[in-house]
Amino acid sequence: MIWTLALPELVLAVSGLVILAAGVIPKRDTFFPVSMACVGALLLTAVLVLGQGEGTALSGHYVSDAFSGFMKFLAIAAAAVGILLALDYNEKEGLARFEFPILMLFATLGMMVMISANDLLSLYLGLELLSLPLYVIAAFNRDSGRSAEAGLKYFVLGALASGLLLYGTSLVYGFAGTTNFDRLGEAFSVLESVSPGVVVGIVFIIAGLAFKVSAVPFHMWTPDVYEGAPTPVTAFFASAPKVAAIALLARVLLGPFGDLVAQWSQVITLVSLGSMIFGAFAAIGQRNLKRLMAYSSIGHVGYALMGLAVGTDIGLRGLLVYMAIYVFMNLGTFAVLVSMRRQGRAVEGIGDLAGLGRTDPVTAMWMAVFMFSMAGIPPLAGFFGKLYVFLAAVQAGFWTLAVVGVLTSVVSAYYYLRIVKVMYFDAPAGSLDRAPSSLTLVMAGTGLFTVFFALWPAPMLAAAQAAAAALLG
Amino acid sequence: MNAVGFPLLSLITFLPLVGAGIIMSVRGEDAVIARNARWIALWTSLIVLLLSLILWVRFDPGTAAFQFEERLAWLPEFGVGYHMGVDGISVLFVLLSTALTPLCILASWEAIGTRVREYMIAFLILETMMVGMFCALDFIIFYVFFEAVLIPMFLIIGVWGGPRRVYAAFKFFLYTLLGSVLMLLAILYLWYNAGTTDIPELFEQVVPRAAQTWIFFAFLASFAVKVPMWPVHTWLPDAHVEAPTAGSVILAGVLLKMGAYGFLRFSLPLLPEASAEFAPLIFVLSVVAVVYTSLVALAQEDMKKLIAYSSVAHMGIVTIGIFTFNQQGLSGALYTMLAHGVVSGALFLCVGVLYDRVHSREILRYGGVAQIMPSYAMVFMLFTMASIGLPGLANFVGEFLVIVGAWAVNPWVAFGAALGMVLGAAYMLYLYRRVSFGRITREDLRALLDLSPREYAIFAPLILLTLWMGVYPQSFLSFFEVSVAALVQRHEAALGAARLAGM
Repeated sequence: MIWTLALPELVLAVSGLVILAAGVIPKRDTFFPVSMACVGALLLTAVLVLGQGEGTALSGHYVSDAFSGFMKFLAIAAAAVGILLALDYNEKEGLARFEFPILMLFATLGMMVMISANDLLSLYLGLELLSLPLYVIAAFNRDSGRSAEAGLKYFVLGALASGLLLYGTSLVYGFAGTTNFDRLGEAFSVLESVSPGVVVGIVFIIAGLAFKVSAVPFHMWTPDVYEGAPTPVTAFFASAPKVAAIALLARVLLGPFGDLVAQWSQVITLVSLGSMIFGAFAAIGQRNLKRLMAYSSIGHVGYALMGLAVGTDIGLRGLLVYMAIYVFMNLGTFAVLVSMRRQGRAVEGIGDLAGLGRTDPVTAMWMAVFMFSMAGIPPLAGFFGKLYVFLAAVQAGFWTLAVVGVLTSVVSAYYYLRIVKVMYFDAPAGSLDRAPSSLTLVMAGTGLFTVFFALWPAPMLAAAQAAAAALLG
Repeated sequence: MNAVGFPLLSLITFLPLVGAGIIMSVRGEDAVIARNARWIALWTSLIVLLLSLILWVRFDPGTAAFQFEERLAWLPEFGVGYHMGVDGISVLFVLLSTALTPLCILASWEAIGTRVREYMIAFLILETMMVGMFCALDFIIFYVFFEAVLIPMFLIIGVWGGPRRVYAAFKFFLYTLLGSVLMLLAILYLWYNAGTTDIPELFEQVVPRAAQTWIFFAFLASFAVKVPMWPVHTWLPDAHVEAPTAGSVILAGVLLKMGAYGFLRFSLPLLPEASAEFAPLIFVLSVVAVVYTSLVALAQEDMKKLIAYSSVAHMGIVTIGIFTFNQQGLSGALYTMLAHGVVSGALFLCVGVLYDRVHSREILRYGGVAQIMPSYAMVFMLFTMASIGLPGLANFVGEFLVIVGAWAVNPWVAFGAALGMVLGAAYMLYLYRRVSFGRITREDLRALLDLSPREYAIFAPLILLTLWMGVYPQSFLSFFEVSVAALVQRHEAALGAARLAGM
C-alpha cells in the first residue's frame, strides 16, 4: 500500500484544515487572506498532480493515471478561478465570509477523490464530499429567498440522485460481488454471464451521475439553482463539478463496464440527444443570463456526452478536449456575468447588457468572443471542441447524433447571437460599473485562450490523447 | 518550393490582422481614433494589395499545380496541417478580395460616422478571412476561414446597417451557418475516409459512389446558400438592403463567390460522379433562379434590392457554367464571377453615392439625376451596361462563354441563360431610366453635388478593370485556362474510370 500516491489529495485536505483553523482564530475579517491561501493550496496541489506517479493505492480504492491527471488539473484550475471570481462579488454582496473559499476547497477535494475513484464506494465518498459543500454554497446568500431555495432544491434533488446512485451500486455489487473497478471489469468481460440486473444497476448509476452533470432528463434543478445561487457559485457549479462528474461517468462506463458498451451506449446516446435538443430550444426564450447559461450548459453536456456515447478512444479524446475548452469559455462568460453591476447592484438580465459594446468595449469584446465560441464558430476554441466530438461520432457511424448535434448547434447559435446583438446592436441602457481587476484578468486569460487555441491545439490534444489511452488501456 | 522565397500568402492573409491590432491600440479622443483608424485601415489594405500584386506578376499560368505553397505542421498525427497555396482558379479571387477591400474602406470614409474603429477592425478581419479562404489548401483550415467570415459580416450588417439590420444579420448568419454545419459533417467523413484533410491529397482519393451523393448534398446545402441559389437565396436581398454600402460590395463582390468557388474546388474534383448525376438538378435550379429572380428584380422599388436580385440571377449563370463541365462553361463561370465581383460591387457603390446624399434607396425618390450629376450618371451607365453584358465590357465575355458551354450540354439550358441576359437588360435599363432620366420631380435633388475626388478615386480602378476585362479578356483568362483544362480532364477521366468499373 503506497499512500504517498494520493499525496495531492492529502496535501489539499490538510491545508484545507489548516486554513480553516487559521481563518477562525483572528477576530477580524479573513476572507481575502483565506481565499488567497486556498488558491495557493490549489496551485500547490496542481503542481503535485502534475508530478503524480501512476498506479493504484489505498487497497485499490484510488487510482492515478494520465486520465485522472488531466481531469484533476482541469478541475483544480476551474476551482481556483472560481475562488478568484468570488473575491470581489462576495465583498460587495456582503458574503465575504472565510468559510466560502474553504468550502470550495473541500468540494475540489471531493472532485479529486471522484476523479481518482477506483471503487464504487470511493466514488460515492468523493461525490458526497463534493456535494455537501455545494449545497451549502448554493444557499450561501442566507438573506436571499432565491439562494435558500436554490440550496434546498439542490439538496433534495441531489439526495435523490445519490440514492439512485447507491441503489445502482448495490445492484451491481449484488450481481458481481465486488465494488472494485478492476474486478468488476474482469467479472463483466464475459458478456453472456452478465445478468440484466447489472444493466439495471448501470442505468441507475448513470442516472445518479447524469444528475450531477445536469443532463436531460435529470436537468430540472439546473435553471433554478443556477439562477438562485450567487453568481460566482453558479460559475463554479457550471465548470469544476461538471468536469469531475463527466470524468467519473467516463471512468465508470469505460472502465468496469467497458465491455458492456453496447448496453449503456444507447442510454448515453439518448441522454446526449435529449440534452442537445433541450439545451438548444429551452434557452431561446430566457431573459435571465444565468438561466440562459444553465440551459446552455445542459446543451454543452449533450455535446460532450456525444463523445462518450461513441465509446471509442477518439470519442473519449473529443470529450476531454470539449470539457477542457468548455471550462475555459464558461469561466470567461461567468467572469463577465459576475462583473455586471449597475450603481453597485448586481444585475443579470440579458437586457442589462444593452449597448455594452459602446460603454465597455473590452468586456463586450470578450463576451462576444465567448458567445461566438460557445456557438461553435471558428476560429474560436469552441469550434474545435465540437469538431473533435463530431469527428468521433462520424467515425463511429453515429450519424443521428452528429446531424442532431450540428442542427442544434445552429439553433443554439441563435441565443448566443442574441447576446451579441444586445451588446452591439442595441442602444446603451445606462452603463455598467467598471469590472474589478480580478475579473478583467480572468476574462482576458480565458479570452486569449479561446481566441488563440486554434494556433497550438497540439499540446492539449496530445494530453487528451494520453488521458484517453490511459483509461481505455 | 515557394516562388518568392517568403511566405507571401500568409503575409497577405494575416497582415490585415496586424493592421486591426494597431487600430485597436490607438488611444485618444473619438475624432482622433476615427481618423487614425481610417488611415491605418486604408494603408494596411493598400499594402496588402501591393503584396498581392506580386501574385499577379509571379504567378505561372502555364501549370495547373498549386503555387506559392506553404506548409506548417498543425496537427500532424491527424493529417491536418496549415497548407496554403493558389492555383489558376483561386489566384484571381485573392486579387479580387484585396482589390475590393481598400475601395470599401474608401467608400466608408464618410458614410460610417459612428464606431469607426470597430468598423475598420471588422473590415480588416473580414479581409483576412476572405483571402485565407481562397488560399487554404486544407479542408479544416478552409472551413475555419469559410465560417469565420460570418462573425465580422454579422457585426457589419448588425451594427452599421439599416432599420431592419437585426433581422437581416440574424437571417444571414443562421442561414449560412445551417448550410455550413452540414458541410462540416461531410468534411469529417472525408477526413475519416482519407485520413487527411489536405486538399491536393484528397484529390488523389476516390470517394465511394454511395457516399458521393450524401456528400454532394451536404456541400450543396452549404454552397447553395452562399451562392445563393434559388430557393435559398432569400437571405441575400435582406442582407444587401440592410448592410452598409461597403458591406454590400464585399457581400456581392467576394462572399457570393465563396459558394461557387466551393463547387469548383470541392464538389467537382472530389465528387465527379455525383456532380455529373445531379448536374440537371443544378441546371433546373439555376435556370429558375435566372428567370425568376430577373422577373422579381423588375418589380423592385428599392435599388439595392434590385441589384441584389440581379446578383442571384448572375450567380445562376455561374452555377450553370460550373456544371457544364467543359472548358468554355467553366472558364465562363470563373470569368462571370470575377466580372460580377467588380461590376456588382461598383453598382452597389453607385447606389451608395446616391444614398449618402439623399439617404434613400427608393427608386421613385429619384429621377433626372443625369441632369444634376452628369459624371455620376456616366459612371452609373457604364456599370449598368456592364451588368447587362454589353460587348466590350466585363460581364459579356463570361456570360457568352457560359452560354456556349451550356449549348454543348443542352440548348435549353443555354436558352435559359440567354433569357436571363435579356431580362437583365430589361430590369437594369428600367432602373437606369427611372433614376437618371426623366424630369426632376423633387426639388431637393437639384442641390446634389456630383462625384467628389474621393468617389472618383473609388470608381476609377473599377472602371478601368471593367473596360480591361471587356476589351482584353485574355489577360485574365490566361490565368485559369490551364487549371480549368486540368479540372475538365480530371473530371472526364474520373467519369471514364467509373464507367469502366461499372461495366
